[in-house]
Formats: sequence, structure tokens, C-alpha cells
Amino acid sequence: MNIKFHIQDLNFYFNNNKVLKLINFEIPANIILGIIGPSGSGKTTFLRALNRMNDLESGSRIEGQILFDGEDIYSSDYDVVALRKRVGMVFAMPVPLPMSIYDNIVYGPRLSGVNDKKRLDVLVEKSLTAAYLWDEVKDRLKTSAMRLSGGQQQRLCLARVLAMEPEVILLDEPCSGLDPISTAKIEDALTELKKEYTIILVTNNTKQAARVSDYTAFFLMGDLIEVGNTGQIFTSPNKTETNDYITGRFG
Amino acid sequence: MRIHPRYTQGGAVAVLGGATILTLMILVFIIFFILEKGLPVINLNFLTSNPEDMGRAGGIFPTLIGTILLPLLAIIIATPLGIFTSVYLSEYTKETKVTKVIRFGTDCLAGIPSIIFGLFGYIFFVITLGFGWSIISGGLTLAVMILPTIIRTSEEAIKSVPKSYREVSFSLGATSWQTVKKVILPNALPGIVTGIMLSVGRSIGETAAVIFTAGSSLRIPSSVFDSTRTMAVHFYILAREGISAENAYGTAATLIIAVLIVNLSAYWLMNRFIAKRS
Repeated sequence: MNIKFHIQDLNFYFNNNKVLKLINFEIPANIILGIIGPSGSGKTTFLRALNRMNDLESGSRIEGQILFDGEDIYSSDYDVVALRKRVGMVFAMPVPLPMSIYDNIVYGPRLSGVNDKKRLDVLVEKSLTAAYLWDEVKDRLKTSAMRLSGGQQQRLCLARVLAMEPEVILLDEPCSGLDPISTAKIEDALTELKKEYTIILVTNNTKQAARVSDYTAFFLMGDLIEVGNTGQIFTSPNKTETNDYITGRFG
Repeated sequence: MRIHPRYTQGGAVAVLGGATILTLMILVFIIFFILEKGLPVINLNFLTSNPEDMGRAGGIFPTLIGTILLPLLAIIIATPLGIFTSVYLSEYTKETKVTKVIRFGTDCLAGIPSIIFGLFGYIFFVITLGFGWSIISGGLTLAVMILPTIIRTSEEAIKSVPKSYREVSFSLGATSWQTVKKVILPNALPGIVTGIMLSVGRSIGETAAVIFTAGSSLRIPSSVFDSTRTMAVHFYILAREGISAENAYGTAATLIIAVLIVNLSAYWLMNRFIAKRS
């Protein structure tokens, strides 16, 4: 199986605070990896380490290596802008940029220099369709994205990432503010998308991880407690902490 | 004894509302006072003819030219400098001791009395660089004077753009510059324009710094190296020297109307820009 990310002896600090402790594992391509764990366990920090979004925070520091397709993304000559084009991200809160739906979707492609109207049109329809939003917005692509509902906005954010044609999609609790119907639509979209993309999904909702992910990783207090097949993690976890968490004894 | 919230609420409304009404009344009174005395003097002839006998008679045409040219020059120089600096400070540097010192410095500069800038402009632009009392000396001095205001207001406007917009832009593979150009500046624009408008108002109304650097010649300037007189300076000289109270008020009224027109058109332009985007 093709390995997308090798994480080797990863420690992560914010100032003197160690938020990730000696993480080691591999993320295969074309799967959905669910990352579960209580708040403050380092899930989001781990996710944001994969496309170097933590760089934007002052006082962040990393030890160890993250290899993406065999290349160390934290080496000094690695092109961060190129990395973020290949590793897209959907945030917990839907953040449409204050521009039209169309302009939101083509934001990434335009940055890469795609200006051909026909090509952009195709991208817009393709990405919105893949994010299960096309039918709801196809008649009002030029209206402001701020007017969409929360659930629609989050699907727009997913479509915006898809329009960059990345290889990996990181999702940081993408459904935390959404109703069950919008959540179901996003989950359907993800299940379709894993054929072409590697998807890493941080979620506070263990049931969501059980529904959509192929592999599940359980983080607790900055430690990676356990990672494995979703079926195995949820039916016969190796660690008692994992068992306690998924059965709802804490968290 | 505890006062019932109904009464504290009533008291708060009275105090807050009272302060607002008082402020408005003072403002309206000043404008009304000036316009009442000045408007009767203003007519087309007053605006388009040259002053005679030091301004005792005739119009204020040369001071209109000076009032347009000096702030215009100052804004043209200070706006790009100020915006670039604020973008650099807020987007390209991390918050360190150095940026704090720079910020403290600009805050101090913004609070320095304008006559100090006038003195600096006189020594540096007029004498050292040999520009003499001229539009260029005055414009540069005003530019230096308003630069701190533009930097600080632009920086505040840039900071008020939600951090999440930056994150989204970076996560979609944008460089810092692309993020600044496509997301930050368009969204910070209203705040930046407000800062520029404040600066326009300040430089239109400036007297001390202008007398020191642009002089007070009543001739129509033929180049930027000629001395000129602005309306504010004209008003100051007419009133101070007791030359003509009537024409002084006429000048003051014209000045107020000019500032109003500049502000209104700037906000109109900005609203059109915002409406176009959304």
C-alpha cells in the first residue's frame, strides 16, 4: 500500500508546552483516517502540522520529521506554498471569504495562475458537485458566499479545497457546527472522495469516525494511544484508554 | 442601598444620550456660526478672483489652489508609504520588541504638535534641501506629519480583518503577498480610507506647519517650487492681523464646505467599491 505520510518521532511545542509527544505512524494513500480524542489532546495541532499551518502561530516548534511522499516537509528548503496546494484543509468553522460563491471556489486555482474562464467554470461545477452543493447554488454562483447557511458554507469550503485538486484533504471537526442533514451530506461526499484523495478527519464525534473512516487514531493528552483499522479500534481496542473513550466513560 | 435596575438603566440612557446630544449641539453650533457669518460673503466672484490689498478685498482663488495642492501632495506621498509600512508591520513581521518600539514611535510621532513638524520641515526641506518656501516643502512636511496617523489607522484596519481569512487564504496555497492583495487590503479598505480622510482633514486645516514651509504668498503658483497660501493660513492671517473679519469668515466657511465635500465623496466612492464587491 502506498504511504502518503510518514510521521517519525514527532514532538510539537507551543513555547515550552509540549502538545504532541513522540508520535510515530504512517498514513496510507486513498483512505479516510479518523482522528479521535478529547479536547486538548493534540488532534488539531497534529492535523495542522501536516500542512504547516502551525507555522502561523508564534512560538510553535517541531522536533522529528514528517515525510510527505518521502520528502521532509519541515526541511528549510521545502516549498510551503506548494505543500498547502497539495494538502488542502477544511476548518472547524466554515469560513467563506467575503466574495461570491464562484470567486471562493476559484480562489485557489487563480492563485496558481489558472485564468481560463472555461476551465474555471468546469472546476467550479465539478467541485461543487463533489461537495454535494451544486444543485443548491448553481443559479446563484455570483451571489455572496456569506449568504449561504452554515451547512452550505462548510460544503463550499470543501468544494473550495477540491478545486485546488490537492492530494490530501485535512478536515478539522468539519461538522461540529452542523445539523445532521448537512453532516450526512459531508460524510457522503467524503466517502466518495477517498477514491481520489487521502482524507484525514479530526472529529469529536466518535460515531462519525466509526461511520466514515477506514483507519482510526486515538490521541490523548498529546500521546498517540492507538491507531488501527476502524473496525478493530471500535470492537476490540488494545488499550484500556481507547476502550474507555469510545464507550463514553470519559471525554 | 441598591438602586433598582430600572432607574440605573434610565440614568445610563440619560447620561449617554445627553453626551451625544451635547457633542452634536457643539458641532452644529460651530458649523452654523461659521456658515452664518461666512456664507453671505461667498459667491462665484469670491471663489474665482484674486485677493486685493492683502485680502481686504477681492477673492480667495490662490488659496483654493494652495489648499488643493498641499494636502493632495501630502496624501499622494504618505498614503502608499503608510499603507506599505502598516502591511509590512502587521503581515510580514512577528510581534517582537523591535515592532513594539516602532509602534510606540509612530504613536509618539502622531501626538507631536504640528508646529514641531513645521520647524523640522523648515530646517530640512526649506533650508537644507534648498526647496525654499514652496508647495513641495509644505507637501512633504504635511506628508511626514500625517504618516504616523495613516500607518496606525491602516494597521488597526488590517488587524481587524479576521484571522480566519488569513488562515483560509494560506491554506489554499496563497503567499503572504497574494493574501494581502486579495483578502486583507480589500477588507481593511474602509478603515484605511477613514484614516486617510482624517489625515486629509488634518492637512487641509493645518496652519503652523504650512506657514513655516510653504510660506504665505498670495500669488498663483506656477510650479511646485513656488510659495503658496492655503485657506487655513489665509484665514489665520486675515483674522490675526485684523485685516478683514468678513473675508476671514468667508474663507472659513469655504474651508468647512471643502472638507465636507472631500469626506462625502470619499465615502461615496468607498461605498460604491464595497457594493461592487458583494
